[in-house]
Amino acid sequence: MFKGDFIKNLPKIYGTYTGGFLVFIILMAIAEQAGVSAKNIGVMFVAFTVLIYALIGYLSRTIQVDAYYVAGRQVPTVFNGMATAADWMSGASFVALAGGVYFGGYTYMAFLVGWTGGYVLVATLMAPYLRKFGCYTVPDFIGTRYGGNLVRACSVFVLFIASFTYVTAQINATGTIASRALGIPFEAGVWVGLISILICSMLGGMRAVTWTQVAQYIVLIVAYLIPVFWISNKVGGGVFPHLMLGDEVARLGELEQQFGLVKNSAADMKAAGVPGGLKYISGSHSGVPEGGMAVWKYLSLAICMMVGTASLPHILMRYFTTPTVRAARKSVAWSLFFIFLLYSSAPMLATLSKLALMDPNLPTGIIGKSISEVQSIEWVQRWSEVKQVFIADFNGDGILQLNEWFMRGDVVVLATPEVAGLPFVISGLVFAGGMAAAMSTADGLVLAISNALSHDIYYKIIDPKADTAKRLLVARVLLVLIGAAGAYIASFRLTSILGSVAWAFDFAMSGLFFPLVLGVWWKRATRAGAIAGIVTGILSGLFYLLWVYPKFSVPIFGGVNEPFLGIDHLRFGLIGAPICLVVMVVVSLMTKEPSPATQKMVDDTRIPTGKAILGKQH
Amino acid sequence: MSNKDAYWNKTKNHMIVTLVLWAFFSLVIFMFGSELNTMSFLGYPLAYYMTAQGSLLAFVIILFWTANKQEKIDEEHGFSEREDD
Repeated sequence: MFKGDFIKNLPKIYGTYTGGFLVFIILMAIAEQAGVSAKNIGVMFVAFTVLIYALIGYLSRTIQVDAYYVAGRQVPTVFNGMATAADWMSGASFVALAGGVYFGGYTYMAFLVGWTGGYVLVATLMAPYLRKFGCYTVPDFIGTRYGGNLVRACSVFVLFIASFTYVTAQINATGTIASRALGIPFEAGVWVGLISILICSMLGGMRAVTWTQVAQYIVLIVAYLIPVFWISNKVGGGVFPHLMLGDEVARLGELEQQFGLVKNSAADMKAAGVPGGLKYISGSHSGVPEGGMAVWKYLSLAICMMVGTASLPHILMRYFTTPTVRAARKSVAWSLFFIFLLYSSAPMLATLSKLALMDPNLPTGIIGKSISEVQSIEWVQRWSEVKQVFIADFNGDGILQLNEWFMRGDVVVLATPEVAGLPFVISGLVFAGGMAAAMSTADGLVLAISNALSHDIYYKIIDPKADTAKRLLVARVLLVLIGAAGAYIASFRLTSILGSVAWAFDFAMSGLFFPLVLGVWWKRATRAGAIAGIVTGILSGLFYLLWVYPKFSVPIFGGVNEPFLGIDHLRFGLIGAPICLVVMVVVSLMTKEPSPATQKMVDDTRIPTGKAILGKQH
Repeated sequence: MSNKDAYWNKTKNHMIVTLVLWAFFSLVIFMFGSELNTMSFLGYPLAYYMTAQGSLLAFVIILFWTANKQEKIDEEHGFSEREDD
């Protein structure tokens, strides 16, 4: 099935798949009308889609090294774009992004700019050259360009730290969604999620992950866009919300004035017993905060996310799978197009959701109503039971004020369909979409880590004589081990989803960005320079994180440290990356310039045509 | 100057132009967020629009443009890959 004309048949195959998925949604809608319970519809949505992914994973099984590591380098441009978009948009993007905009407004949207703008760096500085190089993994490029096992091992170390912080958050998200949709405990949900992830990646490696990610992208984008458009039309936001919510945004500004943006004191919130992780609106939706520090906070976050994007191995390795250098460039553009479809919808969903709750003229509005009335609403009761929403009457007037309504960010995506009165089939669809988003990212990450360990550490350093069967066996065993370790850690629920996601960007940026860029763009960069840069970059970044993040700094340094220049724990890459750059340049200039052979290798990397530096099988 | 060097010079200049556009849409305009927000586009305050949608769209357009331009540079210098793959 996966040979020869399979590639030519891709549009037909995925077209049929999309049609089939839409038919499934309609069948579920009919089932709902016929009286099937909401819970069973949720279960069927998740079970059906996960089974399809597992089937694709099984059909894509392989015993070839280049199919396992780089999907045989035959993934067409547009499909690689879809796979990258699924790889990129995590459970956090899907369930938490709109919630972030809902609570953070303009300031939070630095994440949107950061997580899209980074692709311009990927396309201009990295992707085409890494594709030409012909590497299997990101450390494979660094190890070959600079030469030697030490630099290879250092880059594997950075990859491991960055990707592992990311993957635990993804498995956590998979577990959360699986537990809610299937009605099982979180800890069991995590392991169900892990098994689903492994089925999709174990037998076919990159090839299987690619074709399941395309399928997952289709599910997640359908699941995100249908509710946004439907809600917009239902609450009178306009047929095409992206272009038509100007009045709604202005109305939110008026309502903020009317209700007042009040900051609650931590003591009040503690006394009222607000559950952890729940937030309230205290910032303006569209207003820009005044002052130079606010501008710097916005810019510094955007910079960290952009540079981090261009250094994350699980994204860069997607561009190793295209047939040509040219296809790699175009594929970056398609990736961002597919990401844009979701990212530009998140602020619209946040606007609609906020308006639905805040506007007293709408039947769904709750702010400004009496608390007893709000507490009798069905969805408020249901989400209160699971501690996702909370009401605290601080001023004791019996009326719900804006600062007295607490909610978890995820609720914006997961509950808005219900709040706006959409049928449950849409909520089931949203569960399936969230599951697809979390699984596809977790797949890519687990594969990035285990490929680096199996190819760069095991094959290149420990046992260069290993045969194909042995290499692939090691790769698969590592895949299972990494996944299990991630699930085990995720089951402790250590951090909120977004906290650790941002850290992955800062780690990658601290240790990998400049070694990758200078490897292509500066011939004079030497092995000693790269090693010194990677080590000082990642260690200084890590040290700064420990110093600045109160949860670490209190036990380690015995107190809370004031962030230096406003660089807090979300932005520590701004410490690591500049140190990496300076050290790398200084040490490179102090050491002997790279050999003519290495310089020729860099020259060849820069030209799209001609043979790859690393052979088809290596 | 050899063909390869000429090609690389052009590619480098193209990279710089692309990154200038990128910096404009990702950083420069948000230095003036409060000023931009007094203007409006499609009924949205401008800075809000740019961070919610405008800059994102600009990046997509930049990427397609830059890929096409680079392909032309490849062709001019005979480094274009074959069509059939």
